[in-house]
Amino acid sequence: MLPESISELLKGLESKTFSSEEITRAYLDKIKQHNDTLNCFITVTEEQALAAAKASDQRRSEGKAGLIEGIPVAHKDLFCSTGVKTTCGSRMLENFIPPYESTVTGKFAEAGAVSLGKTNMDEFAMGSSNENSYYGPVKNPWNIECVPGGSSGGSAAAVAAGLCAAATGTDTGGSIRQPAAFCGITGLKPTYGRVSRLGMIAFASSLDQGGPMARTAEDTALLLNVMAGHDPKDSTSSTQAVEDYTASLNQDLSGTRIGLPKEYFSGNLDADMGKALEAAIKVYESLGASVEEISLPHTELSVPAYYVIAPAEASANLSRFDGVRYGHRCDSPKDLEDLYRRSRAEGFGAEVQRRILVGTYALSAGYFDAYYRQAQKIRRLIKEDFVRAFDHIDAILCPTTPSTAFKIGSKTDDPVQMYLEDIFTIPTSLAGLPAMALPCGEKGGMPVGMQLIGNYFNESKLLNMAHKFQLETDWHLRRPEL
Amino acid sequence: MTIQSDELVKIAYLAKLQIDADNTARLTRDLDQILNFVDQMKSVDTTQVEPLSNPLEMTQRLRKDEVTEINQRDAFQNIAPATEAGLYLVPKVIE
Repeated sequence: MLPESISELLKGLESKTFSSEEITRAYLDKIKQHNDTLNCFITVTEEQALAAAKASDQRRSEGKAGLIEGIPVAHKDLFCSTGVKTTCGSRMLENFIPPYESTVTGKFAEAGAVSLGKTNMDEFAMGSSNENSYYGPVKNPWNIECVPGGSSGGSAAAVAAGLCAAATGTDTGGSIRQPAAFCGITGLKPTYGRVSRLGMIAFASSLDQGGPMARTAEDTALLLNVMAGHDPKDSTSSTQAVEDYTASLNQDLSGTRIGLPKEYFSGNLDADMGKALEAAIKVYESLGASVEEISLPHTELSVPAYYVIAPAEASANLSRFDGVRYGHRCDSPKDLEDLYRRSRAEGFGAEVQRRILVGTYALSAGYFDAYYRQAQKIRRLIKEDFVRAFDHIDAILCPTTPSTAFKIGSKTDDPVQMYLEDIFTIPTSLAGLPAMALPCGEKGGMPVGMQLIGNYFNESKLLNMAHKFQLETDWHLRRPEL
Repeated sequence: MTIQSDELVKIAYLAKLQIDADNTARLTRDLDQILNFVDQMKSVDTTQVEPLSNPLEMTQRLRKDEVTEINQRDAFQNIAPATEAGLYLVPKVIE
């Protein structure tokens, strides 16, 4: 039986209760046992993992342990990893072996982590259910008839099922937080620019942000220490100084002002989920925090604005897949135009093609002002809503999703219905603010997630609030039966 | 309908995506549904609002004009579908 959290695993490694090789083998065994059912991993790198674990044990014995020395983790399959296939959930990159390493996976390796493999995801991170993966849907370990959320569904399901100690994810409109909520784990989307995007296969560059997915807020803080920081090779990476995110975990919450946005607690929210959130609010009040209603009046426009901005950026980013330099190429093209068009039609799945088309339309002559510019203006209004709120509050507490994990296949026929799943996570993404998802209840055997939103670069406050909540409750300790 | 099938064909051409004839109707319907949904944006008067492209309103940093990368042509071309003599191969462009 493996310990549950990174902090416990580190204690065991330090005290030589077990070695990194032993726990790596234990995780690899669990992956062998459950991956056929859950489909969390696209690639398992058994040989490399065991070699890395042995090297890690050697480093530890020489007194050269990194921050997460010997901890087995998994990486979302959109972080480029040198020499290891990186598919981004797409047929387009079925045989793509990157010639370079993403900054995030490089930092994990430098900190001593052992990578077990690459996790499944919605193709090019476009989706909220993991049903858009070319490599098949991921199953939710709490109920395999349900989706794990998306797009970082493989990472969330793998952490929840204990197939790795923690995982990386990326979040463009909710892709860390929504699957974390559906799978009952803790996930953090940092402030835009806090974590380097170098080597993250781009979806929507003004929104994409990598972040940690783990079992506890304490582990999440430790992982953010590993991931965060300026990267001169990412021109949008922030130069703001990085804090030690574990230092303030236990800070007293008395005097903390929590805002409850009334737009998030209205019609869209399931009643039982509302009750779970009320109970969470009571926990914070008992810890000395005060609560007040706030208004974020442009919330409803966030999904429409997002579904112009994100596809527009995606249509530009994905134009690099041309069947010439890398990725899928169609058989016997008759001319260059045919090569481009058939390679892309064969390489991209239905949702990716839909978004490329929407984005191309929104950016095309005659429509640019009505769609793209209008969406960018609404983006400012949404940001200003948050800026006004953070003038007098420290954090926002709200739901992560309108309901718990839904059944596989139940929303695939209606793209707009699927888009509305992200109504509570998209506004924060447009504003570039940090936000966390953590479990705060259960409904019908499925986890309920709450969301904490913080001010720019105030990840430490969110981690502090999440950690204090997890000291008072046991929702984060509950595990699905496999 | 916000979008007609002949417009879809034009957009697909701009996006360099091959669309099969039997898919055109379905894609036009999907796109129409999405565009109708995002049309909600028109309900707000934004004449006085400046567009926001970077959430932190950062501007691009400049760096010194110095060579920092090494030549990795072989590594990059190893993953290409077709190369020859250091060049990427595509169907004949000039007759």
